[in-house]
Formats: sequence, structure tokens, C-alpha cells
Amino acid sequence: MARTIGDVILDLQNISLSFGGVKALTNISFNVRQGEIRSIIGPNGAGKSSMLNVINGVYHPQEGRIIFMGKERRKMNPHEAAAQGIARTFQNIALFKGMTVLDNIMTGRNLMMKRNFLWNALYWGPAQRDEIAHRKRVEEIIDFLEIQHIRKVPVGRLPYGLQKRVELARALAAEPKLLLLDEPMAGMNVEEKQDMCRFILDVNEQWGTTIVLIEHDMGVVMDISDRVVVLDYGRKIGDGLPNEVKNDPEVIKAYLGAVH
Amino acid sequence: MTIVRGEAAPPLPAGLDTFPRLLRHHAEVRGAQPAVREKEYGIWQTYTWADYYRTARAIACGLAELGFRRGDRLAIIGDNRPRLYMSIAACQMLGGIPVMLYQDAIAEEIAFVLQDAEVKVAIVEDQEQVDKLLETLASTPSLEKIVYDDPRGMLHYDQPQLMGLDELVAAGEIHDRNQPDFLNKEIEKGSTEDVSVMLYTSGTTGKPKGVCQTHRAFIFAANGGIHFDRLTDREEILSYLPMAWVGDHLFSYAQSLVAGFAINCPESSDTVMTDLREIGPTYYFAPPRIFEGLLTQVMIRMEDASAIKRKLFDYFMAVARRCGAEILEKRPVPLKDRLLYALGEVLIYGPLRNVLGMSRIRVAYTAGAAIGPDLFKFFRSIGINLKQLYGQTETCAYVCLQPDGEIKLDAVGRPAPGVEIKIAENGEIRVRGPMTLQSYYRRPDATAEAFDEEGFFMTGDAGYIGEDGQLRIIDRAKDVGKLNDGTLFAPNYIENKLKFFPQIKEAVAFGNERDYVAAFINIDLDAVGNWAERRGLAYSGYTDLAQKPEVYALIAECVAKVNADLETDPMMKGARIRRFLILHKELDADDGELTRTRKVRRRFIAEKYAPLVTALYSDVTEQYIETEVKFEDGRSGKIAATVRIADA
Repeated sequence: MARTIGDVILDLQNISLSFGGVKALTNISFNVRQGEIRSIIGPNGAGKSSMLNVINGVYHPQEGRIIFMGKERRKMNPHEAAAQGIARTFQNIALFKGMTVLDNIMTGRNLMMKRNFLWNALYWGPAQRDEIAHRKRVEEIIDFLEIQHIRKVPVGRLPYGLQKRVELARALAAEPKLLLLDEPMAGMNVEEKQDMCRFILDVNEQWGTTIVLIEHDMGVVMDISDRVVVLDYGRKIGDGLPNEVKNDPEVIKAYLGAVH
Repeated sequence: MTIVRGEAAPPLPAGLDTFPRLLRHHAEVRGAQPAVREKEYGIWQTYTWADYYRTARAIACGLAELGFRRGDRLAIIGDNRPRLYMSIAACQMLGGIPVMLYQDAIAEEIAFVLQDAEVKVAIVEDQEQVDKLLETLASTPSLEKIVYDDPRGMLHYDQPQLMGLDELVAAGEIHDRNQPDFLNKEIEKGSTEDVSVMLYTSGTTGKPKGVCQTHRAFIFAANGGIHFDRLTDREEILSYLPMAWVGDHLFSYAQSLVAGFAINCPESSDTVMTDLREIGPTYYFAPPRIFEGLLTQVMIRMEDASAIKRKLFDYFMAVARRCGAEILEKRPVPLKDRLLYALGEVLIYGPLRNVLGMSRIRVAYTAGAAIGPDLFKFFRSIGINLKQLYGQTETCAYVCLQPDGEIKLDAVGRPAPGVEIKIAENGEIRVRGPMTLQSYYRRPDATAEAFDEEGFFMTGDAGYIGEDGQLRIIDRAKDVGKLNDGTLFAPNYIENKLKFFPQIKEAVAFGNERDYVAAFINIDLDAVGNWAERRGLAYSGYTDLAQKPEVYALIAECVAKVNADLETDPMMKGARIRRFLILHKELDADDGELTRTRKVRRRFIAEKYAPLVTALYSDVTEQYIETEVKFEDGRSGKIAATVRIADA
């Protein structure tokens, strides 16, 4: 059984974003198809994280249209984006350091917990049944990402590579339709990177999760992406299959510098 | 040569002379009782004996549909998973021979066994194992089908040889429903003299050999052990050691099926400690290195504990050392000590056993290597009935057992029920009994060489029987050599003394036909790393830490203690260690330096690190060396370092 790439799930049209006089993104358009791994690459300051922040509603672009799952999106905040099925991880890990791995991942289920806090305070009855159902899903993710041995360990005590994995787990707990990963492999050693690559591929394959990924490591990007967007100084300078992008003179210039 | 006999063997279970018949029996008489548990999704999932039997039948029928016939070989590779144990039984139902492989073996090692045993079908745990098998496919023409237990990551594999175990079970269930007589007849055809399993020797010397054991041999060994320690169907054990190892096959498969007790499979290899605590086994088995690891962890945590806790711990451990083992053996102890021990039991020993997951242990065994005196005494003194046994793959790990109340550190026990032992003139231990191997697979030459004219299996270990009737092991007979001045040189003996220090993980001693003894040492990264941290000694990794002068000083102290110890032994007096070095890399089975059961391959290491050995026998103080290493994914790289050499 091969994985299938479907229709466009997210379409970004002519996005421009500026902070005062600084233009972070200028007239960028690209789309993401259902089930694919789509990478955004570019040198430092190219606008990659800004792009991700636009997608999940942290920033509101001054111009352009965002169409997610066939509906044009108005101004929305990250909370609403999450409710629509967009989950993300952060470049700098944003977990609750004092809480255990399990509790951190459970917070990823927060939006799906239907009972109000009174029910939850009562504990028995419907809230407990919910809790069990959510826990089951969380345990599947723990099993999937092979972090059983740290289930009860406070996140702050874990090495960096594992914290990254926990963050991925929490994002997955929200059962996202679109998963945004901001440099999931930054600061990892070769072995940790390999593991992370495998998990990203497995998530995509097993659950058909659509993934948008920012990454610096070109090797990784070329290996796992279906399509790649290249940004430089807030502009799109390339878009296509990994191989096409790799051989694009514009991209080579942006990355390696050109003789002026 | 006198023959020493164990007590008479207990009667075997009547009519239950093969493992499939034993399994059917348990499904009938204790069908609802747990047989296998596995922690999955954070919860212990239970398979009853009825489930065990039903699933094994389905796998058997599925295998039959694949064309697997009587006498065919089935490879089983993976961590301890319920359905892999069930696959052993399934294979035996059809009269096939399960061939157990180490899950961490690299592709070429696996290929060797698959070729040697001409394996037809393989049942493996997951994608990792499938990848290795696919890699070797071209060189293993006999392999027709690879069945995987865990479908994760297998979606895009489209090789025709692959099949999910779920699929196989589903097909098998239909087959079994349509013609239940087929499998019943197959089970009836089985004979107790059939080969029930093939386990490969670890191959400390030369290529591994496939040891063929019959149903009778393993049932005999399992039954003997069960009666010896009065085990019942209510025992709980944790099955966490490699399934390809004879010990696990005896404890987790044979004894479980003979006695009808439950086995528990850990959630993953990283969660064993937590799982151990949750299960609280009553019967436990571990090689010395596991006990060593446990003690090292306790010690590290105690060093980080508050001063009051540390004082309490030290005080009560001193009490335990004085009288703990005696109390366990029900020997007379002064009233004051008895009271202090009772207090210590409440404050320290009980909670400590609980943390270790050993609160319910009735019998614990260690074997496979010599155990350090402090280590052995530590566990016994906190009330854990830790005993030693002796055996090898060729004897179903059943030769000697220590009876309760007769525990000696330097001995491995009396001959087990139904076993005969004699010591040959060259000091070699030889054993006879129904548990000895039927043959080495397709190696009639090796099989013939393994037995003497009286039918005793020649173990290759040198040892003697003490006046108390307990066997003592000196070393591998062929490893024992002599220094140039004629002093006896027993490398294992010296290495074990070194390894008894928590700071030393591995040691390799040289000295045969040399002027003096010299040693390679691997430090224990956990223990020495923690020691370095507390002293504010910065290091970047193993290689860096190993070459610190402070670490050399630390290890030199250990070596000095070993030397002092050797001086007291009249036979070993001249064998003191003159020079040593700390290796720049950890010895690893992937690099061929250790066997999969973590025994050092002395000859191989001597060749690989020849410049270092030469340096040990010269007067240089450091030596540059480059070595090739294999990474877990099979790629290789190079490590280079300048290694210091120290005088002891």
C-alpha cells in the first residue's frame, strides 16, 4: 500500500507580512496537499518561522488569502487554528518543564475534552470515561514514539533530543489535520536526527498526517520532503520537488552566495 | 575419576512429553489463568493459557498454509514478545524446529545462522529485523517468508516475501476452524525425542554452532529445577533476557510450560526496571552484570542523597553485612544484631527491595559469569535469596544448582537432580544426563568431539569439586595458560576480580607465554562519569574520560587491590598485573569484540589491538591507535586516539 497525496488542504495566496517598516514576507504563494511532507527552507532570517506563524494564526498578514480545507480564513488566533486541526512544535521547546511527559502530552488533548471543569472536578462518571479514552490515544502516541520509559519523568529532566520528541507527541495528541514542525532537528546529533526523521516519516505514513516542516539540515529536507519551498529575504525563490530545488541556480546562490 | 551424582531426578509429568502437549494440558486445566502478560499502552495486558494455546494453534495452521512442514526450521528474532513465545510452540506443534536468534545481531551474523540452519520461514518482531533480513535475502536462498509481528512502518514494503503476523493468524484461524483434526494429528505425531529448539552457541572461539535440544532434554531440565526450588504455577517471572539465550528459553519457555506459571514481557528494553517493580516477580534470573548495574544505580543514588539518609544507609548496610546473609540462611545470630536487622528491615532493606522490584522474590539465580563477592553479599544481606547455578547451552543451562542454606560465593552448587559430573585429568568438567545436547546441527564431527567415551559432555571449563560437594569453576580450560616463569595464568579469574569493581565494566587480561600479566580495561561510564561529575572533572565523552590522569589513578587503585588479592592466593601469586591501559572505546558485540552474551573474545581483541598489546609489553607510556567501529545501523567509521599506558 503506498501513501496517497490528495487535494490541496492549505492554499496561501500572495501573503505579505510586515512589522512596521520591516517586510518579513513579500507576496508569497504556495500550497500544501493532503498527506504530503512539505518543507520550507531558507537562510537565517528568510521568514520561515514567520510563515509558520502566519499559518497557525500567530501573525496576521496585511495582504493575501489563506484557504484552509476549502474555507477562506479570516483573522484567527492560534487557539482557533488549533481547533481547526493545526498543531505545531516550536523551535525553542515550549513544554511544561515541571510536568511529566504523560501530563504534557495529555495537554495536547485539551481542546478535545468536552466536559466542563465541574464534571472534571467530580471525576467519576462521564469525565472519567473521557479521560480514559484520551489516555488511550495518548498511550498509542507514547508507544509510537517509543517514549514509554520516560512516561512519568518530568520533562525538565530529559535531554534535549527527547524533549523534542515529547513536543512532537503533544502536537500529535491533538490529532492534527496539519502538523507544523519548526526545526524539529535543530541541535540534534546524527543519531537523534535519524530517529526524528523516522518518526516524522512514520507519522506521515501511518496516520496520513499532512506535515509542514522548517529545517536547516538540507540532507534531511531532501530525503524526507515531497515538495520544498525556498524563501530568501521574505521572498519565494524556489518551489518544487527536492531535486528540482536542489539544482535551481537561484537557490544555490541564496545558500552558497554568488560572485558579484 | 570419580563421578558425582545429583539426587534422583523427579518424575516427569506423565504423558506430557512434548511442549505442545504441555501447552494443551494447561489450556485444559488452567485455561483462565494468566500465561503471558505484556505491558502495552501503559497497561499490563493478559493472555490466558487458553489464549496462548489458541494463538499458537492459529500461528501453526498459518505456517502450515505457507508450506511449513515437519523438520523445517523457523527463525525467531525479536525482543521478548508474547506472540514470539507462542510462535515457538506453534512451530513445535508442526514438528518444526524453532531457531532462536539474538535481536541485536547484525545482518551478517543473522545471515550466517539462516544459511547454516537453512531456515525456511522467519517470524520477527518489527521493521528493524525485517530490514536486516531483507538485506541478507540474496545470500539466504532457503528463506521463503518473513512474518512480522509489529506492522509499524511496514506500509510501503512490497516485497513478496513479507507478511504480517496478524494476516498469518487470521488465515490460520480459518484453517483451524475448517479442519481442526489437522493440527491435533500433528501434535500427536510429535515425539519427545524430536528436536524442540536450536540455540546457537555464543562463539567465543570460531563460528557459532547450532545446538539441537530435544523436548525430553528441556522438559527434564525444567522439571528438575522446578522440583529443586519447589516452584508452582503461581510464580511470576519477568522475561527480559534475549530469547535466543538458553537461560531465557529454560526459564521463560520450558519452566513456564512445565510448571504452568506466568511470564511477563516488559514494555520496552528501556522500561525493564519499572516493569520489574510493577510485576514484583517471585522467581528471578539475571547475569551478574544486571545485578552489578542495579547496585551501581543504588550507590550512585545514595551518593546524591542527603547526609542523614546516607548515614542511615551506611549504618544499616554494615549491620546487614554482619548478619543479613546469616539471618537469610537461618543461622544463629546474636539478639542485638537480630533486633538491629529487624529495624533495618523496616527502614532500609524492605524499601530498597521494593525499589529494586524484588519484594516478592523467593528464588533468584545468577549465572553466565562469576559474580563479585561484594555484589553477591549485598543482595543476600538485604534478604534476597540469590543463588548461583552452572550450565551452558549444550546442557539446557542445567548442571549445578545451589541448594537453599548452602550458599557459597566461590562455588556454583551441587549436581542438579539427575545429573552426573566428573572432573577429567586435565581438570575439565564433564557432565552426563538427559539434558545434554542431541547434536550440533549438521556437525557430526563437532558432536562426536563434544562427548567422551563414557558419554559425558565435555564442557571445556576447568574446575574442581570441593569437600562440601559443590563445584567450583576456575576458567575456560583452553584459556588457562602459563607465564614464562611457569606461574599459572587464568585470564578470566583475573578479569573477574577487576570487573568486581563498579568502576570497571570490562577487562581483558594477557599473559600466556609472556613475562608478566597486563590488562585492557573498559571503565563503566555511569559509575566513573558520576564520580567525575562530583569532582567537577569535565569530559566530553567516553574516549575523553577514559584518558584522564585522574581516572587512571582511580583504576590504578582497583588494580592495586586486585594485585594484593592475588598475592594471597598461592597458585596465582606471580600473576600480579604489572601494566594496564584504559581502552579508548567500549568493547562492543557489534564490533565482534564481545559475544552477544557479553563475553570477551580475547584472541580477537588481541589481534585487533595488536599495537596496544605490544605497547603493554614494552616501556612506552602512550600509544597511538586507530580502530574501526560499526554503528548500530551497520555503517562503519574510525576512532583514533592516543592511549596512555600505566604501570601498576
